[in-house]
Amino acid sequence: MLGYVIQRLLQSVLVMLAMSALVFAGVHAIGNPIDVLISPDATQDIRDQAIRRLGLDLPLWEQYLAFLGRLLRGDFGTSFVFGMPVLDLILSRLPATLELAIAAVLAGTLIGVPLGIYAGYRPDGVLSRAIMAVSVLGFSVPTFWVGLILILTFAVNLDWLPAGDRGPVVEVFGIGWSFLTLEGLSFIALPALNLSLFKLAMMIRLSRAGTREIMLTDTVKFARAAGLSDLTILRRHVLRLIAIPIVTVFGLELGSTLAFAVVTETIFSWPGVGKLIIDSITSLDRPVMVAYLILVAFLFVTINLVVDLSYALLDPRLRRGGAAA
Amino acid sequence: MTAPLLSVRDLRTHFMTRAGVAKAVDGVSFDLAAGEILGLVGESGSGKSVTGFSLLGLVDPPGRIVGGSIRFQGRELVGMPPAALRALRGRHLAMVFQDPQATLNPVLTIGAQMALAVQAHERASDRAALDRAAAVLARVGIPEAARRLSAYPHEFSGGMRQRVAIATALLHGPALIVADEPTTALDVSIQAQILAKMKALAAESGTALIWISHDLATVSSLADRVLVMYAGRIVESGPVGAVLRAPLHPYTRGLLDSLPAMATPGEKLRQIPGAAPSLLALPAGCAFAPRCPRADAACAAPPPEVAQGSRRAACHHPLEAAA
Amino acid sequence: MKDFWREYAENRVALLALLVVAAFIGTALAAPWIAPQDPYDLAGLELADARRPPGFVGSGGYAHLLGTDAQGRDLFSAILYGLRISLQMGLVAGAVAMTVGALLGILAAQAGGWVETAIMRVVDLQLSFPAILLALVLVAVLGQGKSQLIIALVAAQYAYFARTAYGAASAERRKDYVEAAAATPLSTFRIVFRHILPNVLPPLIVVGTVQVANAISLEATLSFLGLGLPPTEPSLGMLIANGFQYMMSGRTWISVYPGIALIVLIVAINLVGDQLRDQTNPRLRR
Repeated sequence: MLGYVIQRLLQSVLVMLAMSALVFAGVHAIGNPIDVLISPDATQDIRDQAIRRLGLDLPLWEQYLAFLGRLLRGDFGTSFVFGMPVLDLILSRLPATLELAIAAVLAGTLIGVPLGIYAGYRPDGVLSRAIMAVSVLGFSVPTFWVGLILILTFAVNLDWLPAGDRGPVVEVFGIGWSFLTLEGLSFIALPALNLSLFKLAMMIRLSRAGTREIMLTDTVKFARAAGLSDLTILRRHVLRLIAIPIVTVFGLELGSTLAFAVVTETIFSWPGVGKLIIDSITSLDRPVMVAYLILVAFLFVTINLVVDLSYALLDPRLRRGGAAA
Repeated sequence: MTAPLLSVRDLRTHFMTRAGVAKAVDGVSFDLAAGEILGLVGESGSGKSVTGFSLLGLVDPPGRIVGGSIRFQGRELVGMPPAALRALRGRHLAMVFQDPQATLNPVLTIGAQMALAVQAHERASDRAALDRAAAVLARVGIPEAARRLSAYPHEFSGGMRQRVAIATALLHGPALIVADEPTTALDVSIQAQILAKMKALAAESGTALIWISHDLATVSSLADRVLVMYAGRIVESGPVGAVLRAPLHPYTRGLLDSLPAMATPGEKLRQIPGAAPSLLALPAGCAFAPRCPRADAACAAPPPEVAQGSRRAACHHPLEAAA
Repeated sequence: MKDFWREYAENRVALLALLVVAAFIGTALAAPWIAPQDPYDLAGLELADARRPPGFVGSGGYAHLLGTDAQGRDLFSAILYGLRISLQMGLVAGAVAMTVGALLGILAAQAGGWVETAIMRVVDLQLSFPAILLALVLVAVLGQGKSQLIIALVAAQYAYFARTAYGAASAERRKDYVEAAAATPLSTFRIVFRHILPNVLPPLIVVGTVQVANAISLEATLSFLGLGLPPTEPSLGMLIANGFQYMMSGRTWISVYPGIALIVLIVAINLVGDQLRDQTNPRLRR
């Protein structure tokens, strides 16, 4: 187990190195890297100073090492638009995005898994067909369109829920959270619903496919032969068996949800990282883009790592040395 | 004579496939007394496993019981509401499957799985259920049973896994256990151990046993009586010793001849020529006729039942009987 | 082939979806002849006609079936032309991504060794990375324009094709007859074209169908975020984006009608893809 953890850790570090090299190469490919680091409004004097300070007159490999060094220190430069350190800027927006993403994935999983298990248990039932129709829609209809319809229905026509901004937050540990007040919840409801639809569809498909397959196995037949009710079989046997792919997807989706949040945050003016990145792209705030890329890559590598490790915890066959019987 | 524990009459289980109706079990009848061990023998596809699953009401779609009757402890199982059938399964009527690797849930501990089986029929605390599980595990010969409750199936050997499955079947002291080729997936040496254990446990608790196997040799060492199935029907039945010594049906003869132990050293094993017929299109007469050395024109008609004491065979030209 | 179509037609929903897709493609092709107005001809626009509800008879003297947008464009015409662009982008990006992905996948399966490892590592890494983010970044780096957008879409999608082609090709490679063919002096080229490609194509087409829908959806999303095509050539996504700001004031048609066209198209393509997948999946056949 320990060997496995170390091996996966090393792999992750390698991937991060590759990613940083890619981003570094990207920054150099687009144009003069100084443009990425210093505001275009700066005078020639300041530019020359920065070139020397940042070592841009050094050979490429030394520059890459310096770039790595700055990354490790968390120094991503200063935003042109906000005039504050990029890391601080992103970190200040991160809680809003995290809260939204977690709410969405949680909702998608908690609703999607039971629906999917049911659809897999009774694949030909009317309700199952309805569930599958929802999942087809959730998969194929673009997120931004669903967001639009949600706003139109619940904010414009019915006027039940607000559709824009984050509303009041409650400070806990110096970070503002929406879910602690009713009003905060009303603000997060629509964007979270919007963001969760795709996860819902995915969880439905995943648990349906898993359940369908497992219901045909001898494990289920044996449990039936022992007199277990179908409900117990679904709750105890099937749920545990499909838990592995679901946890994987849960983890991976948490990552991709942070990315998809880009769209949802833009539609609902949710003040998170996604809206920040869209704004930086349109305003060519390059340090923010670079930092965002690196952080997202880091996030994905970390999530992949955690998912792989929790595999090992969930599947006892993998736990010891990895030699499956 | 008291009423038998199990009485099956004209059982028919068909599979409604795209290609047509596959008559996996087509008119099977037999009785089983309490504590009796019955061997159910046939090639794969003969309908022996489907017969077993039919008894527990565990036939998966597209298959279903289309006719006949299964009376168990005086109650009719065919058409019984699913909930009532479920209450019976595992409590009075249990089953052991072929491959313990496939039947045990790989991500639950042995204890958890057995506790679920206990709690399916009794309101027992987790603690009490686990204690029961440990006691039965010890009975089937698993050393340090209490400690091994927290182990996962992959930590057991194949033979030990099958013992766990048998223990699960024994949890509620059922009146009948249907064992579907429970030793086929195991090593030969382990097979013998399991066979002996099953026989001892059945005798000890008075449990009746239906032992489904393709292997006549296994059945001969275990069963009191044997049923031979071919293409969804019983072609021969009788006390195991008599049937093996002098089979009435040419098919039984063929099965015996293909056993390695029966062959003369140096001679080739005699296989039954041809293959089992498609269940989708069974001939009107004797299904074995196309492969039978004794077949003639008469075999195009449904075979008559030949009786010889407690023995029965369905054949136009039975062996020995003529003599 | 005949059986394939008969089986396909057995599924009414899938058949309807196929007809819808065909109708959309036909309409898109015929847009210049069907549309009452050329939405790109700025001279033909009257600001007085702007944001009029469906049925309004404007200065052109004809009824605007679906109303007009903020520039006074006939929405029905704009949708027809938008459909043209959306379909064009989806089909071109899908085709290029399929070609690139198939080549890489087959190359990886054929070459083996470090080539295989390198290609498939990159592909797998990319598959775990959300396509939309990759496309977003590329568009941000490359700038706006049709070819830039197609590059971004291809980069975001080729990995799915590469995975599929690789899976099918390496399964095929292990089969006896291909190994036997490899032992004969047939060129690798011929083995690939005679044996591998015919077996790789069906799964690729299934993936391709769904990916065309995804490309259209992705393009619409990028355009909606203002990062897609330039405003002179509005795709469906941009039409929706343009109407978004008027939604709150109740002028919902500007966004809603292009949106309906978009989702009907995407859902129909997905349904066709689902049916093709079910029909080519040996595991679902009994």
